[in-house]
Amino acid sequence: MLTILKKEFRSFLSLLIAYVVMIVFLLITGLICWVFPDTSILNTGYANMDILFNIAPWIFIFLVSAITMRSFAEERKNGTFETLTTKPITDFDIILGKYLACLLLVTLTIIPTLIYYLAVSKLGSPQGNIDSGAVIGSYIGLLFLAAIYVAIGIFSSSITDNQIIAFIVSMFLCFFFYSGFEMLRHITFIQDSPFGIDWLGISYHYKNISFGRIDTRDIVYFISMISLFIFLTKMMFSSRKW
Amino acid sequence: MSISVQNLTKRYKTQAAIDQISFEIKKGQVVGFLGPNGAGKSTTMKILTCFMPQTEGIAKIAGYNTLTHSIEIRREIGYLPEHNPLYLDMFVLEYLSFVANIFSLKNKRQQIDNCIELTGLTLERKKKIGQLSKGYRQRVGLAQALLHNPSVLILDEPTSGLDPNQVTEIRKLIRNLGEEKTVLLSTHQLQDVEAICDRTIIINHGKIVADKFTVDLKSDLGDNILIEIEFIEQVKLNFFEKIDGILKTEGGPNNFTINATKDANIQAKLWEEAVKNKLTITKLNQKTTSLEDVFKNLTTNANNP
Repeated sequence: MLTILKKEFRSFLSLLIAYVVMIVFLLITGLICWVFPDTSILNTGYANMDILFNIAPWIFIFLVSAITMRSFAEERKNGTFETLTTKPITDFDIILGKYLACLLLVTLTIIPTLIYYLAVSKLGSPQGNIDSGAVIGSYIGLLFLAAIYVAIGIFSSSITDNQIIAFIVSMFLCFFFYSGFEMLRHITFIQDSPFGIDWLGISYHYKNISFGRIDTRDIVYFISMISLFIFLTKMMFSSRKW
Repeated sequence: MSISVQNLTKRYKTQAAIDQISFEIKKGQVVGFLGPNGAGKSTTMKILTCFMPQTEGIAKIAGYNTLTHSIEIRREIGYLPEHNPLYLDMFVLEYLSFVANIFSLKNKRQQIDNCIELTGLTLERKKKIGQLSKGYRQRVGLAQALLHNPSVLILDEPTSGLDPNQVTEIRKLIRNLGEEKTVLLSTHQLQDVEAICDRTIIINHGKIVADKFTVDLKSDLGDNILIEIEFIEQVKLNFFEKIDGILKTEGGPNNFTINATKDANIQAKLWEEAVKNKLTITKLNQKTTSLEDVFKNLTTNANNP
């Protein structure tokens, strides 16, 4: 598993994917949080980072899809899938190795935004007046969200040998699981149903956790979603054996 | 037995890619798997390497069943898949060390160096795989299959798409490997089989049509020989009818191909008869029966039985 992780991460570096992803993410969030006057933290008058945590899930929808789209689609297309799966390594190790490599890259992309936290806390009046609990909660939420996105992306990549299809399917699934359920709730007949359908969406739990309130129900939701998509990937993987 | 296959069948939907094939390969044999495209060579290899399971039958490598001991088998074999897939964006050394890590080899450094030397990649070891020519990529493919010193090598078309010099080199390499290892290789180049393999299995439409030592196979065209003959004069077909042992004559008016029984001593009789009739023979030679003839014979007969 570690072998695969290392190899995958090295290929992110050697193919410049890692640098492009990090630069693009930081550029977009940097511009939106600090430069564009409509959204700039400097103009809101509040010392919080809500704007970052509101836009990050949307940026990740396409960024994570782009990172994960090649993981299996490319192997299938090139035939290296066959070399890899006939080596003494289990399917699960391959999937987990690739999953963790992608997740590591996403995590490294998020880390530089900690500077925003320092900046906002310095700007607070009095200095350091920032709701640290909420920020920590939001970061944990963002990591879990990215972890689900990566699982979705890996799964999408495993269903096809075409990277563009993997990319688009992954974007759609990420979008749908992030905010699709919340939006479905606005359809009248669903609205009347007794259970809250938005509970199924990521955004519901993401918002919960970003208040700084770490609830086991949310954590269980995140972990089950990740497991679900990894399990589905494993199913697609074994489909060659049917 | 290094490789043992019993009544192996693989069906895609209703079509059988391979149909009830059985064979056994002893340790240290080099066996050529020969057949036209789509005969089921690659399918058999994919089953043997545990890439996909069979529909029916049993396949064993080094005593392990492919269905139950997949990981053990994968440790035991070196596999070069068809079209030699590689990570083109990796460096040769990087790739080999990745493979070595998967096998968690102990003396990794040394194994890699050995392998690089064996496959003649010493000068190319620091290059990107994508930059290498096809012949060198093939060597990288072989190197990754050999890295963990497997006892069984399964090579799917190791010589396809190489230039004649490269083919000779790869053949020599495989020949050398075959001294210690069991090798199963598929090809549709008959010269490969003639040059490397102790034994040949010819497969057509998913069935084994011949399984013999390569030497035996060549003499197996039957009891007939082919003779080409050319005269200065024009000769009528009935000239040949007088001679015993001639089965069929084609061609004319002064150029013929004769199909005759082997021990009829046809050449001598032809000379004799020609002298009698005051004809001059300018060319008389026996066509060597090549594997190609055997191959054509076996694989086209089965097409329209």
